Amino acid sequence: MTKKKPQVIERDNVVIKFVGDSGDGMQFSGSLFSDSAAIAGNDLATFPDFPAEIRAPQNTIAGVSGFQMHMGSSKIFTTGDMVDVLVAMNPASLRANLKWVKKGATIILDQDAFDDKSIEKAGYKQNPLLDDSLAPYQIVKAPITTLTKDSLATLGIDNKTAERSKNMFSLGILYYIFNRDLKAPFKYFEEKFKKKKELVEINKVVLQAGYNYAETIEVVESVIQVAPAKMEKGRYRNITGNVATAWGLLAASEKSGRPLFLGSYPITPATEIMMELSKHKSLGAKVFQAEDEIAGICSAIGASYTGAMACTTTSGPGLSLKSEAIGLAVITELPLIIVDVQRGGPSTGLPTKSEQSDLYQALFGRNGECPVIVIAASSSENCFNYAYMAAKLSMEHMTPTILLTDGYLGFGSALFKIPKMKDMPPINPPLAEANDKNFKPYRRDPETLVRKWAIPGTEGLRHRIGGLEKEDVTGIVSTDPMNHQVMTENRNNKVQKVADYIPLQDIDGDKTGDLLVVSWGGTYGAVHSAVKVMQEAGKKVSHAHFHYIMPLPKNTAEVLNGFKKIVVCELNSGQFVNYLRMTHPTPNYHQFNKVQGLPFMINELTEKFNQLLEEK
Amino acid sequence: MDDFINMTVERSNVQLTKADFESDQMVKWCPGCGAHAILSAVERVFPKIGYRKENFCMVSGIGCSSRFPYYVNTYGIHGIHGRAAAIGSGVKIANPKLSTWIATGDGDSLAIGGNHFIHIIRRNVDVNIILFNNQIYGLTKGQYSPTTPMGKVTKTSPQGTIEHPFNIGELVMGAQGTFFARVPDNNISMMTEAMFEAAKHDGTSIMEILQNCIIFADKAHFDVIGKDVKDETMLVLKNGEPMVFGKNHEKGLILKDQLLEVVEVGKNGITIDDILVHDQYNPDPGIHTMLAKLAPPNFPMVFGVIRSAMFPTYDDMVEEQISQAKATSKIRNVDDLLNSGDTWEIK
Repeated sequence: MTKKKPQVIERDNVVIKFVGDSGDGMQFSGSLFSDSAAIAGNDLATFPDFPAEIRAPQNTIAGVSGFQMHMGSSKIFTTGDMVDVLVAMNPASLRANLKWVKKGATIILDQDAFDDKSIEKAGYKQNPLLDDSLAPYQIVKAPITTLTKDSLATLGIDNKTAERSKNMFSLGILYYIFNRDLKAPFKYFEEKFKKKKELVEINKVVLQAGYNYAETIEVVESVIQVAPAKMEKGRYRNITGNVATAWGLLAASEKSGRPLFLGSYPITPATEIMMELSKHKSLGAKVFQAEDEIAGICSAIGASYTGAMACTTTSGPGLSLKSEAIGLAVITELPLIIVDVQRGGPSTGLPTKSEQSDLYQALFGRNGECPVIVIAASSSENCFNYAYMAAKLSMEHMTPTILLTDGYLGFGSALFKIPKMKDMPPINPPLAEANDKNFKPYRRDPETLVRKWAIPGTEGLRHRIGGLEKEDVTGIVSTDPMNHQVMTENRNNKVQKVADYIPLQDIDGDKTGDLLVVSWGGTYGAVHSAVKVMQEAGKKVSHAHFHYIMPLPKNTAEVLNGFKKIVVCELNSGQFVNYLRMTHPTPNYHQFNKVQGLPFMINELTEKFNQLLEEK
Repeated sequence: MDDFINMTVERSNVQLTKADFESDQMVKWCPGCGAHAILSAVERVFPKIGYRKENFCMVSGIGCSSRFPYYVNTYGIHGIHGRAAAIGSGVKIANPKLSTWIATGDGDSLAIGGNHFIHIIRRNVDVNIILFNNQIYGLTKGQYSPTTPMGKVTKTSPQGTIEHPFNIGELVMGAQGTFFARVPDNNISMMTEAMFEAAKHDGTSIMEILQNCIIFADKAHFDVIGKDVKDETMLVLKNGEPMVFGKNHEKGLILKDQLLEVVEVGKNGITIDDILVHDQYNPDPGIHTMLAKLAPPNFPMVFGVIRSAMFPTYDDMVEEQISQAKATSKIRNVDDLLNSGDTWEIK
């Protein structure tokens, strides 16, 4: 029998989503396929989408867990708006995700999972495989559970274990559709399950069976080819934002020579940073899992006083609990890196969904006049650089620094060009020297207004600091009115002067035009992509994406002044736009906001931009 | 008093004196406040402990007690309300070479800071906590605290408190404390002895000092530590010696039916050999807990070092794990880390 060779279709980029019950191994399938894509030379971005509950009831919408990946032969900026290929393991996951699937997309389904009970639990009135509701899609349906069990029959595997491997069967089909080699996943199984040889065999057999099935029964008309991306030369790896944040902190600790101390408390979606750092004791990192958020930051302040590069990681509710202690770090003028992986709020809010709604809290959420440096990362991989910069600025300027990332950046992954430590910028903490006759706790460098960091144990520098207002220079407790004015101004000016040490704001596109699109933090990918669409359509639209928020880059006014209209896009109700209205008043601000726990879609952005361009 | 002392902290190569630790700041506690005596005890004991003066670090929270760091010439950080134990944990873990001391009060450590208090004890971080127990909020002018006796009239309990107070010793034992001492503020030598023992002890040391607030809870402890009653109401423990009290040490404690009982030596056939002998190093906290809970009128209150048991400290174990990881891990620097696991070259 001669096999019909399927037609090969070239695609620039493809969005694939794996969905199923939270125990179906969707994260595992997704990561495996992402690794293979990366090894094949594609650029990519991924995002796991899981419920707040660990194992919500089976076969229900609430229990649907997903993993989305966007791979391409050119630079990938987002995890993708609409899905080209959906792998759905049960009716609930199909129903929950269909609204994100493009018409004409390929959907891989396990028809064994469409029994009456599961169909009903998913909220379907009738079996969607039997009516025409899936007509707009290319459906690849196979009795995946049965075929998985059959493929393992000769190995004598029990039914339960066999059933758990069905995600590998659907993944095998996907490997065939994308014409991907099975060598990479096989190698991965061998390493991952080194101590459980049986699992290596099971995974290999089922993955191969899925691949062979797709090839043999010709389930698809065509295979999809996504050519390797043209990427800058160098060594790469795939990295999540939270791991990149942890590594950026480790890098800053090594560069500065200040040992890393992390005092933290588990909180979604920030916990992975603490988990990652706790693995790296060989680099001297001390990780203290505190009894609460407050103890996390307070232990870090104690560590900072003794000369450590001290950090605390959290999300919005935790940042609220840390507010008072941030004030202590501000008045004692100690370095402290506070990472806020933002999530939907207020209160417990949407723990696993992303939002940019902690900006006000980061800027203003403390008693008294309490300025800190605020910076924001904009992609999973640049969490490394911004964590590094947060630590550098905090230590060199003796000021707490809040780094804002968010759940999408933290959980999401992207390809990361591995830097060399020798190329990272130097970090020079202003350490006081032993027996310095001139040392006073609040004597400042006249240029930067930075005080010296006097490490306990050093001879001749014994001193006391604390939360009570201190006399300028001497550090003696003082309630003198004019002194308080001076110290308040010092603390504020010290932070403002950081503007001399951060990069100028750049503009993507012309420096003048009809519309400047402004964004900050984790929305970079979507906003950048939307601006590109506008620019390619010949519109006079440019983009300024801010990473440095407090202080703002020195040329911010210049950047904003070149455009007829400015639209600030953020995943909150307008916090950055109001901050700009306050610091750089012009009548030209418009805003585009979304508070749904979801990222921006490119078409909703372009629609807004077009509408603004048309309005007089 | 100069037996083995922790060697993690560098010793001074010159003999230090009280003057080395006196700060130039005006001490602003009320005249007659018990805190003055505590300060004096600390200034006396620090030179005896013998560490370099740069290696002492004082940490505090908020309250009258917590002004302490400003009055001792060491490194020091005055924190925020209730958080001294958390700040002190960070100090000690990040820099185990510092002899870390926390000055705190009953409101600071047992109310707003209760969570940090039990957890630093549970972890056995090697810090010394001087807990000024004056049974009142002084700095906010006279509200009841977690140690105020039930029924006491204060600014926020005009009809008397309706709260069951903490017994600090019992709380410490409940949190698996390894060191607990109780001393009165009117006996400087007993205070310095307990502080020295605390410095010697590896792990979290809690020293409860019955401190007098002359303004808002004057003589709160006088029923126990007052000169005219103390012979009958105070039992001062000495390790390895029988637990006796009374004007002529004629009274003592025995264990009967699993309970402590006061007996008189020479009466009902009781001899000194029947009296319980104090073993502060006993790892089992059973007797220590019973001792900590005793109080008049039926019993004396127990003073001195009640418990000083050897258990691994958190900070030592942190260092151990780090040296283990350094000895075995292939990742020796951040370049190693960045290039670990799956990576690939794009040419």
